[in-house]
Amino acid sequence: MGQSGATTTMAIYTPPIPKNAAREPAKTDAARLEFEDTQHFLIHRSPALAARYEFLTFREPSAGRDWLRAMTEKVTTAAAVRSGKLDARWVTVALSWNGMRALGLDDHSLESFPEEFRQGMAARAEILGLTGANHPEHWRGGLAGADLHAIVILFARDVPERERCRIEHANFLSQCAGVEVLSSLDLEAIPPFDYAHEHFGYRDRLSQPVIEGIGEEPMPGSGPALKAGEFFLGYPDEEGLTTEAPKPITLSRNGSYLAYLMMEEHVGVFRDFLREHGETQEEQELVAAKLMGRWRSGAPLVLTPEKDDPNLAGDYQRTNDFDFGKMDPYGYACPLGSHIRRMNPRDTAANMNRRKMIRRGGTYGPPLPEGVPEDGRERGIAAFVGCASLVRQFEFAMNVWTNDPNFHELGNERDPIFGTQDGTFDMTIPKRPIRKKIKGLPAFTTIRGGAYFFLPGINALRYLASLANGS
Amino acid sequence: MAATVIETPSKPKQKARDWTKPAAMAIPKEGYFTQKNGRYGPIYPRTPACYGFTIIAKIKPGREDTIRAYGNTIEKAIEDIPDALATLKLHYLRWVLFDIGKDTYFMYQGIFDTDFDKYTEDAVALFKSLGVNTVFENLEDFPEDWKTNAPAFVKFVREHQCPSFLEYGEYPYVTADEIKKALQLKAKFSEMLDLMQ
Repeated sequence: MGQSGATTTMAIYTPPIPKNAAREPAKTDAARLEFEDTQHFLIHRSPALAARYEFLTFREPSAGRDWLRAMTEKVTTAAAVRSGKLDARWVTVALSWNGMRALGLDDHSLESFPEEFRQGMAARAEILGLTGANHPEHWRGGLAGADLHAIVILFARDVPERERCRIEHANFLSQCAGVEVLSSLDLEAIPPFDYAHEHFGYRDRLSQPVIEGIGEEPMPGSGPALKAGEFFLGYPDEEGLTTEAPKPITLSRNGSYLAYLMMEEHVGVFRDFLREHGETQEEQELVAAKLMGRWRSGAPLVLTPEKDDPNLAGDYQRTNDFDFGKMDPYGYACPLGSHIRRMNPRDTAANMNRRKMIRRGGTYGPPLPEGVPEDGRERGIAAFVGCASLVRQFEFAMNVWTNDPNFHELGNERDPIFGTQDGTFDMTIPKRPIRKKIKGLPAFTTIRGGAYFFLPGINALRYLASLANGS
Repeated sequence: MAATVIETPSKPKQKARDWTKPAAMAIPKEGYFTQKNGRYGPIYPRTPACYGFTIIAKIKPGREDTIRAYGNTIEKAIEDIPDALATLKLHYLRWVLFDIGKDTYFMYQGIFDTDFDKYTEDAVALFKSLGVNTVFENLEDFPEDWKTNAPAFVKFVREHQCPSFLEYGEYPYVTADEIKKALQLKAKFSEMLDLMQ
């Protein structure tokens, strides 16, 4: 695979847009989301089976603005998705802090962005726990450099549509002297297509926050819909307050922050590990389930600790309807250090509503069929986390939930799947009478790149495109 | 599960910490040995006396009684909800008022089991819910917009933090949870002995 041009794969499965979305009565209060001014990306998941991310640099401010002006007209708004009109492609544009500077944004505005965003992900790698093989010095595709200015995220209904759009954008870029592609990544869904899953075989997208006012009902066990201010700037958040946003308001209104991570999945290492720790297929499935906290089918261990229940996985009324503190306080079903217990501690963490994030993305690289030895080709997940505060939401999740060895007082553990692993951390599996401890967990994943972006509203894109030099 | 325990050798991250052996730690002026940043700035090390902070700030003139009254407020809050501060993983809190010349200073000392940087927002949220945060409004230079400007709140706390240069633990590095578990075990064991009579 590669950052540039190679064929890659993703699993982009999408639940349908809620039937009542377009019919929801308009409200006039200040908390009402402005769908026509908001990019669709964090509001609605598109029913895509292919995608492409292009990472761009602006060599000339005016060229960057010309490109942005044209692209703004291509961006898919939340209102467009909600209109119910079936589309074949969905376009999102986001900018790094350096990118806004390269477009000519003034220092006063630039300084009004939060410090973590100004610094960028690469500079904050150690805070995030991205060390060793995950450190930015090993990243590819120009993601760690200061000349990463923008990303175009294209989701397409199928591969031919993605290819059509890829060529169209390449043709357009050939007319934009001064705007260059640093790298790109193609993604396609991997079979079976009937549910979202990644290369290790785990079902994905089982627990996603719902935003108040978009017309979706949270699944039982997921808690109430969250205030828009948790994800979009300029709206009241879960504390009922509207946080200070970057200036001017035109620039920040309806904007969000995105944290991008490209994570290679070492499927061969993962399967070897399962075989090493489980003699039978059933035992191996249980090992896989203990690492994740759900069976690979998606059925949660808290609800079905002894054996898999694939029907439970797809039953949205039940698959999220559990807690940890009351139902499994010691982790006998779902280990305290398992992935889902870290990424969503539910009732065992304070202020959970202030830590929720919206995930988007998919898998890249060819699937490795069961029984086939590791082929050395790169495959993984390339995903975005959307939020209103990188430091409070994304960085907290990385710093504490993912990579704090002492999470839940475990002492020497990190997220077994997503954490930075180097063979020196353990995994405790509570079990009566005495817990089991797997020493020296291997790295099942490696971070290959990452970046922070600002996802502006539509008026904000127009504002940036209309800046004058040195404004 | 049937999986066998594979004892792949793993490098220990730090020397085993022996709670039976009292320990002292001299700390450099900066408050840390090597600078390692958390989300909001340098993080301070865990010492034989666990994590902690000592925040010292000048109070606004005439606010001494207001601040003292918070003592009763917190006492009442903990009476009503004993685990109200559980999130902070505290061992002890000490609030002190003292004079230097004509000025009065407030010292807020906490000893706890989590790196404060990690749970900053949780602590701020808790302070808000208990009204502790408003104590800070009686301090000079406290940001007026702290409710919507979390970084400014964090900056104030960090700027007024006075790191220790010596910390000591009679039973070093033991967490409050471990102490509570040990006491629970002792109580259960006594109960078991009673039942054996």
